[in-house]
Amino acid sequence: MTVKRAMAAARDAFGRTLVELGRTHREIVVLGADLSSSTRINWFAEAFPDRFFECGIAEENLITVAAGLATCGKMPFASTFAVFETERAYNQIRQAVAYPNLNVRLVCTHSGVTVGPDGASHQTTFDVAIMRVLPNMTVLVPADAPETAAAVRAMVSHQGPIYMRLGRTPVRTFYDDDYSYNGVKHRFEIGRSVELRRGRDVAIICNGVMVAEALDAADALAAEGVDARVINMHTVKPLDETAILQAAGETGALVTAEEHSLIGGLGGAVAEVVARHHPVPVEMVGVPDIYTESGEAEELLHLYGLTAHEIAAAARRAVNRR
Amino acid sequence: MTYNAGSGHPGGSLSAVDILTALYFHQLAVDPADPRWPDRDRFVLSKGHVCPALYAVLAEKGFFPKAALWTLRRPESILQGHPDMRLTPGVEMSTGSLGQGLSVACGMALAARLDAKEYTVYCMLGDGEVQEGNVWEGAMFAAHQRLDNLIAILDRNRLQIEGFTEDVVALDPLADKWRAFGWEVLLLADGHDMRQILAVLDAAMPRQGKPKIILAHTIKGKGVSFMENQAEYHGRALTAAEMDRARQELAIPGFQVEDHDR
Repeated sequence: MTVKRAMAAARDAFGRTLVELGRTHREIVVLGADLSSSTRINWFAEAFPDRFFECGIAEENLITVAAGLATCGKMPFASTFAVFETERAYNQIRQAVAYPNLNVRLVCTHSGVTVGPDGASHQTTFDVAIMRVLPNMTVLVPADAPETAAAVRAMVSHQGPIYMRLGRTPVRTFYDDDYSYNGVKHRFEIGRSVELRRGRDVAIICNGVMVAEALDAADALAAEGVDARVINMHTVKPLDETAILQAAGETGALVTAEEHSLIGGLGGAVAEVVARHHPVPVEMVGVPDIYTESGEAEELLHLYGLTAHEIAAAARRAVNRR
Repeated sequence: MTYNAGSGHPGGSLSAVDILTALYFHQLAVDPADPRWPDRDRFVLSKGHVCPALYAVLAEKGFFPKAALWTLRRPESILQGHPDMRLTPGVEMSTGSLGQGLSVACGMALAARLDAKEYTVYCMLGDGEVQEGNVWEGAMFAAHQRLDNLIAILDRNRLQIEGFTEDVVALDPLADKWRAFGWEVLLLADGHDMRQILAVLDAAMPRQGKPKIILAHTIKGKGVSFMENQAEYHGRALTAAEMDRARQELAIPGFQVEDHDR
Protein backbone atom coordinates (compact mmCIF):
# COMPACT_ATOMS: atom_id res chain seq x y z
CA MET A 1 0.00 0.00 0.00
CA THR A 2 1.59 3.24 -1.09
CA VAL A 3 -0.92 5.56 0.54
CA LYS A 4 -0.28 6.27 4.19
CA ARG A 5 -3.35 6.51 6.35
CA ALA A 6 -2.29 9.19 8.82
CA MET A 7 -4.84 12.00 8.95
CA ALA A 8 -3.98 15.67 9.27
CA ALA A 9 -5.76 18.90 8.43
CA ALA A 10 -4.17 21.18 5.86
CA ARG A 11 -5.30 24.24 7.82
CA ASP A 12 -3.26 23.07 10.82
CA ALA A 13 -0.18 22.84 8.63
CA PHE A 14 -0.95 26.33 7.30
CA GLY A 15 -1.26 27.83 10.77
CA ARG A 16 1.92 26.19 12.02
CA THR A 17 3.99 27.12 8.98
CA LEU A 18 2.81 30.71 9.15
CA VAL A 19 4.12 31.00 12.71
CA GLU A 20 7.40 29.43 11.66
CA LEU A 21 7.79 31.89 8.76
CA GLY A 22 6.69 34.81 10.91
CA ARG A 23 9.88 34.53 12.93
CA THR A 24 12.15 35.10 9.97
CA HIS A 25 9.93 37.17 7.67
CA ARG A 26 9.06 40.40 9.40
CA GLU A 27 7.10 41.56 6.34
CA ILE A 28 4.42 38.92 6.96
CA VAL A 29 1.23 40.35 8.45
CA VAL A 30 -1.97 38.37 8.93
CA LEU A 31 -5.57 39.50 8.68
CA GLY A 32 -8.70 37.68 9.77
CA ALA A 33 -12.45 38.10 9.58
CA ASP A 34 -13.82 36.69 12.85
CA LEU A 35 -12.89 33.12 11.89
CA SER A 36 -9.29 33.16 12.99
CA SER A 37 -9.45 30.08 15.17
CA SER A 38 -11.12 28.14 12.37
CA THR A 39 -8.49 29.17 9.83
CA ARG A 40 -5.69 28.64 12.39
CA ILE A 41 -4.29 32.14 11.96
CA ASN A 42 -5.01 32.65 15.65
CA TRP A 43 -1.70 30.86 16.26
CA PHE A 44 0.08 33.65 14.39
CA ALA A 45 -1.97 36.22 16.32
CA GLU A 46 -0.80 34.70 19.61
CA ALA A 47 2.84 34.63 18.50
CA PHE A 48 2.92 38.04 16.79
CA PRO A 49 0.03 40.17 18.09
CA ASP A 50 1.44 43.36 16.57
CA ARG A 51 1.31 41.88 13.09
CA PHE A 52 -2.19 40.47 13.27
CA PHE A 53 -5.27 42.52 12.35
CA GLU A 54 -8.83 41.51 13.02
CA CYS A 55 -10.97 43.04 10.28
CA GLY A 56 -14.35 41.96 11.61
CA ILE A 57 -17.12 40.22 9.72
CA ALA A 58 -16.28 42.38 6.75
CA GLU A 59 -14.56 40.56 3.89
CA GLU A 60 -14.42 43.63 1.65
CA ASN A 61 -12.55 45.41 4.43
CA LEU A 62 -10.31 42.36 4.93
CA ILE A 63 -9.15 42.39 1.33
CA THR A 64 -8.78 46.13 0.91
CA VAL A 65 -6.88 46.63 4.18
CA ALA A 66 -4.57 43.80 3.07
CA ALA A 67 -4.08 45.56 -0.26
CA GLY A 68 -3.11 48.80 1.49
CA LEU A 69 -0.56 46.96 3.63
CA ALA A 70 0.87 45.30 0.53
CA THR A 71 1.42 48.67 -1.19
CA CYS A 72 3.75 49.50 1.71
CA GLY A 73 5.93 46.40 1.32
CA LYS A 74 4.10 44.05 3.67
CA MET A 75 3.12 40.51 2.75
CA PRO A 76 -0.42 40.16 4.03
CA PHE A 77 -2.05 36.75 4.49
CA ALA A 78 -5.82 37.34 4.45
CA SER A 79 -7.66 34.28 5.65
CA THR A 80 -11.25 33.34 6.15
CA PHE A 81 -13.63 30.75 4.72
CA ALA A 82 -13.17 30.31 0.97
CA VAL A 83 -16.79 31.00 0.10
CA PHE A 84 -16.85 34.36 1.88
CA GLU A 85 -13.42 35.60 0.87
CA THR A 86 -13.70 34.77 -2.82
CA GLU A 87 -17.35 35.56 -3.36
CA ARG A 88 -18.12 38.41 -0.95
CA ALA A 89 -14.97 40.33 -1.81
CA TYR A 90 -14.49 39.28 -5.42
CA ASN A 91 -14.41 42.76 -6.86
CA GLN A 92 -12.01 43.88 -4.13
CA ILE A 93 -9.73 40.94 -4.99
CA ARG A 94 -9.91 41.85 -8.66
CA GLN A 95 -9.56 45.63 -8.35
CA ALA A 96 -7.35 46.12 -5.29
CA VAL A 97 -5.21 42.95 -5.34
CA ALA A 98 -5.00 41.22 -8.73
CA TYR A 99 -5.14 44.27 -11.02
CA PRO A 100 -2.31 46.09 -9.21
CA ASN A 101 -0.49 42.73 -8.83
CA LEU A 102 0.05 43.10 -5.09
CA ASN A 103 1.70 40.52 -2.84
CA VAL A 104 -1.46 39.52 -0.99
CA ARG A 105 -1.85 35.86 -0.02
CA LEU A 106 -5.48 34.79 -0.01
CA VAL A 107 -5.31 31.59 1.98
CA CYS A 108 -8.80 30.24 2.50
CA THR A 109 -10.00 27.28 4.50
CA HIS A 110 -13.30 25.36 4.53
CA SER A 111 -13.27 25.07 0.76
CA GLY A 112 -15.04 22.48 -1.35
CA VAL A 113 -17.81 20.22 -0.05
CA THR A 114 -15.78 18.67 2.77
CA VAL A 115 -16.67 21.62 4.99
CA GLY A 116 -19.65 19.34 5.46
CA PRO A 117 -22.80 19.78 7.55
CA ASP A 118 -22.99 23.60 7.25
CA GLY A 119 -24.36 23.07 3.77
CA ALA A 120 -24.39 25.02 0.53
CA SER A 121 -24.01 28.49 2.06
CA HIS A 122 -20.63 27.47 3.47
CA GLN A 123 -19.41 25.11 0.77
CA THR A 124 -17.67 26.44 -2.31
CA THR A 125 -17.18 24.60 -5.54
CA PHE A 126 -16.69 27.69 -7.73
CA ASP A 127 -13.67 29.36 -6.13
CA VAL A 128 -10.98 27.91 -8.40
CA ALA A 129 -12.98 28.95 -11.47
CA ILE A 130 -13.45 32.56 -10.41
CA MET A 131 -9.91 32.95 -9.10
CA ARG A 132 -8.11 31.44 -12.06
CA VAL A 133 -9.80 33.77 -14.53
CA LEU A 134 -8.13 36.78 -12.87
CA PRO A 135 -4.95 37.94 -14.64
CA ASN A 136 -1.90 37.96 -12.31
CA MET A 137 -3.52 35.51 -9.87
CA THR A 138 -1.78 32.28 -8.90
CA VAL A 139 -4.07 29.46 -7.75
CA LEU A 140 -2.86 26.67 -5.46
CA VAL A 141 -4.74 23.56 -4.33
CA PRO A 142 -2.47 21.47 -2.10
CA ALA A 143 -3.26 17.84 -1.41
CA ASP A 144 -2.34 17.23 2.20
CA ALA A 145 -0.68 18.78 5.25
CA PRO A 146 3.00 18.41 4.20
CA GLU A 147 2.23 19.84 0.77
CA THR A 148 0.37 22.74 2.36
CA ALA A 149 3.42 23.53 4.48
CA ALA A 150 5.64 23.38 1.39
CA ALA A 151 3.24 25.66 -0.50
CA VAL A 152 3.15 28.27 2.28
CA ARG A 153 6.95 28.35 2.31
CA ALA A 154 7.02 28.75 -1.48
CA MET A 155 4.61 31.69 -1.27
CA VAL A 156 7.08 33.84 0.59
CA SER A 157 9.46 34.24 -2.32
CA HIS A 158 6.74 34.64 -4.97
CA GLN A 159 5.84 37.99 -6.51
CA GLY A 160 2.16 38.74 -7.08
CA PRO A 161 -1.14 37.63 -5.57
CA ILE A 162 -1.85 34.00 -4.64
CA TYR A 163 -5.09 32.23 -3.87
CA MET A 164 -4.79 28.95 -1.96
CA ARG A 165 -7.75 26.78 -1.01
CA LEU A 166 -7.61 24.45 1.96
CA GLY A 167 -10.14 22.13 3.50
CA ARG A 168 -11.58 21.94 6.97
CA THR A 169 -11.37 18.24 7.76
CA PRO A 170 -8.30 16.12 8.34
CA VAL A 171 -7.29 14.36 5.15
CA ARG A 172 -5.02 11.44 4.42
CA THR A 173 -1.36 12.37 4.50
CA PHE A 174 0.70 10.71 1.81
CA TYR A 175 3.68 13.01 1.55
CA ASP A 176 6.32 12.72 4.24
CA ASP A 177 7.12 15.82 6.24
CA ASP A 178 10.05 16.59 3.93
CA TYR A 179 7.71 16.51 0.90
CA SER A 180 8.96 13.14 -0.29
CA TYR A 181 6.60 10.47 -1.53
CA ASN A 182 7.38 6.78 -1.86
CA GLY A 183 11.01 7.48 -1.08
CA VAL A 184 11.34 10.16 -3.76
CA LYS A 185 12.09 13.67 -2.54
CA HIS A 186 10.17 16.37 -4.39
CA ARG A 187 10.50 20.11 -4.41
CA PHE A 188 7.37 22.24 -4.28
CA GLU A 189 7.56 24.72 -7.08
CA ILE A 190 4.63 26.99 -7.95
CA GLY A 191 3.49 26.15 -11.48
CA ARG A 192 5.25 22.80 -11.62
CA SER A 193 3.23 19.64 -11.13
CA VAL A 194 4.48 16.50 -9.37
CA GLU A 195 4.31 13.10 -11.04
CA LEU A 196 3.54 10.77 -8.15
CA ARG A 197 3.26 7.63 -10.20
CA ARG A 198 4.46 6.74 -13.65
CA GLY A 199 2.07 5.22 -16.16
CA ARG A 200 1.57 4.76 -19.91
CA ASP A 201 -2.12 3.95 -20.42
CA VAL A 202 -3.90 6.90 -18.88
CA ALA A 203 -2.95 9.98 -16.83
CA ILE A 204 -4.96 11.13 -13.83
CA ILE A 205 -4.47 14.85 -13.29
CA CYS A 206 -5.74 15.81 -9.87
CA ASN A 207 -5.34 18.10 -6.90
CA GLY A 208 -6.47 18.65 -3.32
CA VAL A 209 -8.18 15.81 -1.53
CA MET A 210 -8.57 13.94 -4.81
CA VAL A 211 -4.86 13.14 -5.08
CA ALA A 212 -5.01 10.44 -2.40
CA GLU A 213 -8.11 9.03 -4.12
CA ALA A 214 -6.30 9.04 -7.47
CA LEU A 215 -3.39 7.09 -5.99
CA ASP A 216 -5.86 4.47 -4.74
CA ALA A 217 -7.55 4.41 -8.13
CA ALA A 218 -4.20 3.84 -9.81
CA ASP A 219 -3.61 0.83 -7.54
CA ALA A 220 -7.00 -0.59 -8.48
CA LEU A 221 -6.35 0.01 -12.16
CA ALA A 222 -2.94 -1.65 -11.94
CA ALA A 223 -4.63 -4.81 -10.68
CA GLU A 224 -6.61 -4.81 -13.96
CA GLY A 225 -3.49 -4.24 -16.02
CA VAL A 226 -4.16 -0.54 -16.65
CA ASP A 227 -1.02 1.50 -16.06
CA ALA A 228 -2.16 4.88 -14.74
CA ARG A 229 0.03 7.93 -14.33
CA VAL A 230 -0.86 10.21 -11.40
CA ILE A 231 -0.02 13.90 -11.68
CA ASN A 232 -0.55 16.15 -8.68
CA MET A 233 -1.49 19.47 -10.27
CA HIS A 234 -1.22 21.53 -7.09
CA THR A 235 -1.01 24.74 -9.13
CA VAL A 236 -4.04 25.39 -11.31
CA LYS A 237 -2.58 28.70 -12.46
CA PRO A 238 -0.04 29.08 -13.92
CA LEU A 239 -0.84 25.63 -15.29
CA ASP A 240 1.93 23.13 -15.99
CA GLU A 241 1.02 22.75 -19.66
CA THR A 242 4.22 20.86 -20.39
CA ALA A 243 3.29 18.00 -18.06
CA ILE A 244 -0.28 17.92 -19.41
CA LEU A 245 0.79 17.78 -23.04
CA GLN A 246 3.46 15.21 -22.27
CA ALA A 247 0.82 13.06 -20.55
CA ALA A 248 -1.59 13.55 -23.46
CA GLY A 249 1.10 12.55 -25.92
CA GLU A 250 2.39 9.56 -24.00
CA THR A 251 -0.87 8.09 -22.67
CA GLY A 252 -3.51 9.43 -25.09
CA ALA A 253 -6.19 9.49 -22.37
CA LEU A 254 -6.68 11.90 -19.47
CA VAL A 255 -8.78 12.00 -16.32
CA THR A 256 -9.13 15.07 -14.15
CA ALA A 257 -10.24 14.86 -10.52
CA GLU A 258 -11.03 17.75 -8.18
CA GLU A 259 -13.28 18.73 -5.29
CA HIS A 260 -14.75 21.54 -7.38
CA SER A 261 -17.40 22.20 -9.98
CA LEU A 262 -16.91 20.50 -13.32
CA ILE A 263 -17.21 24.00 -14.76
CA GLY A 264 -14.13 26.16 -14.80
CA GLY A 265 -11.81 24.31 -12.43
CA LEU A 266 -8.86 21.98 -13.02
CA GLY A 267 -10.84 19.90 -15.52
CA GLY A 268 -11.73 22.97 -17.52
CA ALA A 269 -8.16 24.22 -17.43
CA VAL A 270 -6.76 20.88 -18.62
CA ALA A 271 -9.41 20.63 -21.36
CA GLU A 272 -8.52 24.14 -22.58
CA VAL A 273 -4.91 23.08 -23.00
CA VAL A 274 -5.45 19.76 -24.76
CA ALA A 275 -8.23 21.13 -26.98
CA ARG A 276 -5.83 23.73 -28.31
CA HIS A 277 -2.63 21.73 -28.57
CA HIS A 278 -3.19 17.98 -28.42
CA PRO A 279 -6.81 16.76 -28.42
CA VAL A 280 -7.26 13.50 -26.53
CA PRO A 281 -10.23 12.09 -24.57
CA VAL A 282 -10.63 13.84 -21.19
CA GLU A 283 -12.92 12.40 -18.53
CA MET A 284 -13.69 14.68 -15.61
CA VAL A 285 -14.43 13.81 -11.98
CA GLY A 286 -15.84 16.73 -10.01
CA VAL A 287 -18.97 18.29 -8.57
CA PRO A 288 -21.89 18.68 -10.98
CA ASP A 289 -23.53 22.05 -11.72
CA ILE A 290 -25.62 22.14 -8.55
CA TYR A 291 -25.71 23.69 -5.08
CA THR A 292 -24.29 21.05 -2.80
CA GLU A 293 -25.95 20.01 0.45
CA SER A 294 -25.33 19.22 4.11
CA GLY A 295 -23.67 16.02 5.23
CA GLU A 296 -20.46 14.72 6.71
CA ALA A 297 -17.41 15.14 4.52
CA GLU A 298 -17.09 11.45 3.68
CA GLU A 299 -20.79 11.19 2.87
CA LEU A 300 -20.61 14.14 0.51
CA LEU A 301 -17.52 12.87 -1.27
CA HIS A 302 -19.42 9.66 -1.99
CA LEU A 303 -22.63 11.51 -2.90
CA TYR A 304 -20.85 13.54 -5.56
CA GLY A 305 -18.65 10.72 -6.80
CA LEU A 306 -15.39 12.19 -5.53
CA THR A 307 -13.88 8.77 -4.86
CA ALA A 308 -11.15 6.42 -6.05
CA HIS A 309 -13.91 4.20 -7.42
CA GLU A 310 -15.26 6.95 -9.70
CA ILE A 311 -11.77 8.00 -10.78
CA ALA A 312 -10.99 4.41 -11.80
CA ALA A 313 -14.27 4.22 -13.74
CA ALA A 314 -13.45 7.49 -15.49
CA ALA A 315 -10.00 6.15 -16.36
CA ARG A 316 -11.52 3.05 -17.97
CA ARG A 317 -13.87 5.27 -20.00
CA ALA A 318 -10.99 7.46 -21.12
CA VAL A 319 -8.93 4.44 -22.17
CA ASN A 320 -11.87 3.02 -24.12
CA ARG A 321 -12.35 6.33 -25.96
CA ARG A 322 -8.74 6.42 -27.10
CA MET B 1 -8.33 66.47 -20.97
CA THR B 2 -11.77 64.85 -20.94
CA TYR B 3 -12.80 66.96 -23.95
CA ASN B 4 -9.71 65.79 -25.75
CA ALA B 5 -10.38 62.18 -24.73
CA GLY B 6 -14.04 62.44 -25.73
CA SER B 7 -15.16 60.89 -22.43
CA GLY B 8 -14.49 61.01 -18.71
CA HIS B 9 -15.78 62.71 -15.58
CA PRO B 10 -15.34 66.49 -15.69
CA GLY B 11 -17.96 67.46 -13.08
CA GLY B 12 -16.45 65.68 -10.10
CA SER B 13 -12.95 66.55 -11.27
CA LEU B 14 -13.81 70.22 -10.91
CA SER B 15 -15.33 69.73 -7.46
CA ALA B 16 -12.16 67.98 -6.24
CA VAL B 17 -9.37 69.85 -7.99
CA ASP B 18 -8.90 72.72 -5.55
CA ILE B 19 -8.47 70.33 -2.64
CA LEU B 20 -6.11 68.13 -4.68
CA THR B 21 -4.05 71.20 -5.55
CA ALA B 22 -3.82 72.17 -1.88
CA LEU B 23 -2.80 68.64 -0.94
CA TYR B 24 -0.01 68.30 -3.48
CA PHE B 25 1.34 71.86 -3.31
CA HIS B 26 0.94 72.53 0.40
CA GLN B 27 0.35 69.44 2.45
CA LEU B 28 1.81 66.18 1.18
CA ALA B 29 5.45 65.28 1.67
CA VAL B 30 6.07 63.68 -1.70
CA ASP B 31 9.00 63.68 -4.10
CA PRO B 32 8.22 63.62 -7.83
CA ALA B 33 11.81 62.51 -8.50
CA ASP B 34 11.33 59.51 -6.19
CA PRO B 35 7.63 58.56 -6.32
CA ARG B 36 8.20 55.44 -4.17
CA TRP B 37 10.14 57.23 -1.41
CA PRO B 38 9.21 55.05 1.60
CA ASP B 39 8.58 57.95 4.01
CA ARG B 40 6.25 59.89 1.71
CA ASP B 41 2.74 60.84 2.66
CA ARG B 42 0.15 58.73 0.85
CA PHE B 43 -2.91 59.93 -1.01
CA VAL B 44 -5.59 57.48 -2.14
CA LEU B 45 -8.17 58.77 -4.60
CA SER B 46 -11.03 56.49 -3.67
CA LYS B 47 -13.39 58.31 -6.07
CA GLY B 48 -11.12 57.20 -8.88
CA HIS B 49 -13.28 58.57 -11.68
CA VAL B 50 -12.07 62.11 -11.01
CA CYS B 51 -8.53 61.11 -11.91
CA PRO B 52 -8.27 63.79 -14.63
CA ALA B 53 -7.93 66.29 -11.79
CA LEU B 54 -5.36 64.11 -10.02
CA TYR B 55 -3.39 63.55 -13.22
CA ALA B 56 -3.28 67.29 -13.92
CA VAL B 57 -2.02 67.99 -10.40
CA LEU B 58 0.58 65.19 -10.56
CA ALA B 59 1.83 66.48 -13.93
CA GLU B 60 2.02 70.04 -12.61
CA LYS B 61 3.96 68.70 -9.62
CA GLY B 62 6.42 67.00 -11.97
CA PHE B 63 5.60 63.29 -11.58
CA PHE B 64 5.37 62.90 -15.37
CA PRO B 65 5.47 65.16 -18.43
CA LYS B 66 2.38 67.25 -19.09
CA ALA B 67 2.26 65.95 -22.66
CA ALA B 68 0.93 62.68 -21.21
CA LEU B 69 -2.27 64.49 -20.18
CA TRP B 70 -3.41 64.54 -23.81
CA THR B 71 -3.13 60.76 -24.05
CA LEU B 72 -5.78 60.20 -21.35
CA ARG B 73 -8.00 57.18 -22.06
CA ARG B 74 -6.07 56.23 -25.20
CA PRO B 75 -4.40 52.84 -25.85
CA GLU B 76 -0.91 52.56 -24.35
CA SER B 77 -1.32 55.72 -22.29
CA ILE B 78 0.11 55.89 -18.78
CA LEU B 79 -3.18 57.63 -17.90
CA GLN B 80 -6.01 55.12 -17.76
CA GLY B 81 -9.67 56.07 -17.51
CA HIS B 82 -9.40 55.26 -13.80
CA PRO B 83 -6.20 55.33 -11.70
CA ASP B 84 -3.62 52.58 -12.22
CA MET B 85 -0.78 52.55 -9.68
CA ARG B 86 1.36 50.39 -11.96
CA LEU B 87 1.23 52.80 -14.89
CA THR B 88 1.13 56.30 -13.45
CA PRO B 89 3.97 57.71 -11.33
CA GLY B 90 2.53 59.23 -8.16
CA VAL B 91 -0.70 57.22 -8.16
CA GLU B 92 -0.73 55.27 -4.89
CA MET B 93 -3.59 52.87 -5.55
CA SER B 94 -5.57 51.49 -8.44
CA THR B 95 -9.13 52.63 -7.87
CA GLY B 96 -12.28 53.15 -9.88
CA SER B 97 -14.54 50.55 -8.31
CA LEU B 98 -16.09 52.76 -5.64
CA GLY B 99 -15.91 52.21 -1.91
CA GLN B 100 -12.52 50.54 -1.62
CA GLY B 101 -10.05 53.35 -1.04
CA LEU B 102 -10.73 54.03 2.63
CA SER B 103 -9.85 50.50 3.73
CA VAL B 104 -6.78 50.57 1.49
CA ALA B 105 -5.76 53.80 3.25
CA CYS B 106 -6.31 52.01 6.58
CA GLY B 107 -3.82 49.35 5.45
CA MET B 108 -1.28 52.03 4.58
CA ALA B 109 -1.81 53.70 7.96
CA LEU B 110 -1.29 50.37 9.74
CA ALA B 111 1.92 49.85 7.77
CA ALA B 112 3.17 53.26 8.97
CA ARG B 113 2.49 52.23 12.54
CA LEU B 114 4.26 48.87 12.11
CA ASP B 115 7.30 50.53 10.57
CA ALA B 116 7.31 53.44 13.07
CA LYS B 117 7.05 55.92 10.22
CA GLU B 118 5.61 59.40 10.57
CA TYR B 119 3.81 59.69 7.26
CA THR B 120 0.15 60.62 7.01
CA VAL B 121 -2.35 58.84 4.78
CA TYR B 122 -5.01 60.92 3.01
CA CYS B 123 -8.01 59.50 1.23
CA MET B 124 -10.57 61.37 -0.85
CA LEU B 125 -14.07 59.91 -1.01
CA GLY B 126 -16.98 60.94 -3.15
CA ASP B 127 -20.25 61.61 -1.41
CA GLY B 128 -22.29 59.23 -3.55
CA GLU B 129 -19.48 56.75 -2.98
CA VAL B 130 -20.28 56.39 0.72
CA GLN B 131 -23.41 54.48 -0.25
CA GLU B 132 -20.98 51.56 -0.64
CA GLY B 133 -20.84 49.25 2.39
CA ASN B 134 -17.08 48.82 2.12
CA VAL B 135 -16.70 52.48 3.19
CA TRP B 136 -18.42 51.86 6.51
CA GLU B 137 -16.52 48.64 7.10
CA GLY B 138 -13.36 50.72 6.73
CA ALA B 139 -14.74 53.52 8.87
CA MET B 140 -15.49 51.14 11.71
CA PHE B 141 -12.08 49.50 11.37
CA ALA B 142 -10.14 52.80 11.30
CA ALA B 143 -11.77 53.99 14.50
CA HIS B 144 -11.25 50.63 16.20
CA GLN B 145 -7.56 50.76 15.29
CA ARG B 146 -7.34 54.42 16.38
CA LEU B 147 -5.73 55.37 13.08
CA ASP B 148 -4.90 58.99 13.80
CA ASN B 149 -2.42 59.06 10.93
CA LEU B 150 -5.39 58.77 8.57
CA ILE B 151 -7.27 61.79 7.22
CA ALA B 152 -10.24 61.29 4.91
CA ILE B 153 -11.72 64.05 2.80
CA LEU B 154 -15.29 63.71 1.63
CA ASP B 155 -16.02 65.68 -1.54
CA ARG B 156 -19.58 66.70 -0.69
CA ASN B 157 -20.83 68.02 -4.01
CA ARG B 158 -24.28 66.54 -3.35
CA LEU B 159 -24.59 64.97 -6.79
CA GLN B 160 -24.25 61.50 -8.22
CA ILE B 161 -25.07 60.11 -11.67
CA GLU B 162 -28.79 59.82 -11.10
CA GLY B 163 -29.22 63.20 -9.40
CA PHE B 164 -28.96 64.69 -5.93
CA THR B 165 -27.62 62.27 -3.34
CA GLU B 166 -30.47 63.17 -1.02
CA ASP B 167 -32.95 62.07 -3.70
CA VAL B 168 -31.10 58.91 -4.75
CA VAL B 169 -30.30 57.44 -1.32
CA ALA B 170 -30.02 60.14 1.32
CA LEU B 171 -26.67 60.52 3.11
CA ASP B 172 -27.40 63.20 5.69
CA PRO B 173 -26.75 63.71 8.49
CA LEU B 174 -23.23 62.82 7.33
CA ALA B 175 -21.30 64.46 10.16
CA ASP B 176 -23.38 62.61 12.74
CA LYS B 177 -22.81 59.32 10.95
CA TRP B 178 -19.03 59.72 10.94
CA ARG B 179 -18.97 60.88 14.56
CA ALA B 180 -21.07 57.86 15.52
CA PHE B 181 -18.48 55.68 13.79
CA GLY B 182 -15.80 57.15 16.05
CA TRP B 183 -14.31 59.77 13.75
CA GLU B 184 -13.33 63.36 14.41
CA VAL B 185 -15.26 65.49 11.90
CA LEU B 186 -13.92 68.76 10.50
CA LEU B 187 -16.07 70.97 8.31
CA LEU B 188 -14.84 72.77 5.24
CA ALA B 189 -17.57 75.23 4.31
CA ASP B 190 -16.13 76.10 0.91
CA GLY B 191 -13.97 73.45 -0.70
CA HIS B 192 -12.93 75.94 -3.37
CA ASP B 193 -11.62 78.67 -1.06
CA MET B 194 -7.89 78.01 -0.87
CA ARG B 195 -7.49 79.81 2.45
CA GLN B 196 -10.17 77.62 4.04
CA ILE B 197 -8.78 74.45 2.50
CA LEU B 198 -5.28 75.11 3.82
CA ALA B 199 -6.64 75.98 7.24
CA VAL B 200 -8.63 72.77 7.59
CA LEU B 201 -5.74 70.63 6.33
CA ASP B 202 -3.52 72.21 8.99
CA ALA B 203 -6.20 71.78 11.64
CA ALA B 204 -6.42 68.06 10.80
CA MET B 205 -2.72 67.45 11.50
CA PRO B 206 -2.56 66.95 15.28
CA ARG B 207 -2.82 63.25 16.15
CA GLN B 208 -5.35 62.65 18.86
CA GLY B 209 -6.08 58.95 18.79
CA LYS B 210 -8.86 59.09 16.21
CA PRO B 211 -9.12 59.11 12.43
CA LYS B 212 -10.37 62.39 11.00
CA ILE B 213 -12.65 63.25 8.15
CA ILE B 214 -13.00 66.61 6.47
CA LEU B 215 -16.50 67.15 5.14
CA ALA B 216 -15.75 69.41 2.20
CA HIS B 217 -18.68 71.28 0.72
CA THR B 218 -17.95 71.62 -2.95
CA ILE B 219 -19.67 72.37 -6.23
CA LYS B 220 -19.74 69.79 -8.97
CA GLY B 221 -18.54 71.42 -12.19
CA LYS B 222 -17.07 74.37 -10.24
CA GLY B 223 -15.84 77.22 -12.41
CA VAL B 224 -17.98 76.61 -15.47
CA SER B 225 -21.40 78.17 -15.00
CA PHE B 226 -23.46 75.74 -17.01
CA MET B 227 -21.75 72.70 -15.44
CA GLU B 228 -22.15 73.77 -11.83
CA ASN B 229 -24.49 71.58 -9.79
CA GLN B 230 -25.54 69.62 -12.86
CA ALA B 231 -25.49 65.83 -12.59
CA GLU B 232 -25.40 65.66 -16.36
CA TYR B 233 -21.69 66.53 -16.38
CA HIS B 234 -20.77 63.70 -14.02
CA GLY B 235 -19.67 61.33 -16.72
CA ARG B 236 -19.62 63.00 -20.10
CA ALA B 237 -17.16 65.20 -21.92
CA LEU B 238 -18.13 68.63 -23.17
CA THR B 239 -19.24 69.20 -26.75
CA ALA B 240 -17.21 71.56 -28.93
CA ALA B 241 -19.65 74.40 -28.32
CA GLU B 242 -19.67 73.78 -24.57
CA MET B 243 -15.89 73.66 -24.56
CA ASP B 244 -15.70 77.05 -26.27
CA ARG B 245 -17.99 78.54 -23.62
CA ALA B 246 -16.00 76.90 -20.82
CA ARG B 247 -12.76 78.26 -22.23
CA GLN B 248 -14.17 81.77 -22.33
CA GLU B 249 -15.37 81.54 -18.76
CA LEU B 250 -12.04 80.19 -17.55
CA ALA B 251 -10.01 82.82 -19.44
CA ILE B 252 -8.77 84.48 -16.31
CA PRO B 253 -5.83 86.90 -16.70
CA GLY B 254 -2.49 85.17 -17.02
CA PHE B 255 -4.08 81.74 -17.43
CA GLN B 256 -3.84 79.96 -20.75
CA VAL B 257 -6.17 77.14 -21.64
CA GLU B 258 -4.04 74.99 -23.87
CA ASP B 259 -5.51 73.91 -27.16
CA HIS B 260 -5.15 70.35 -28.31
CA ASP B 261 -6.68 68.60 -31.23
CA ARG B 262 -8.97 65.79 -30.45
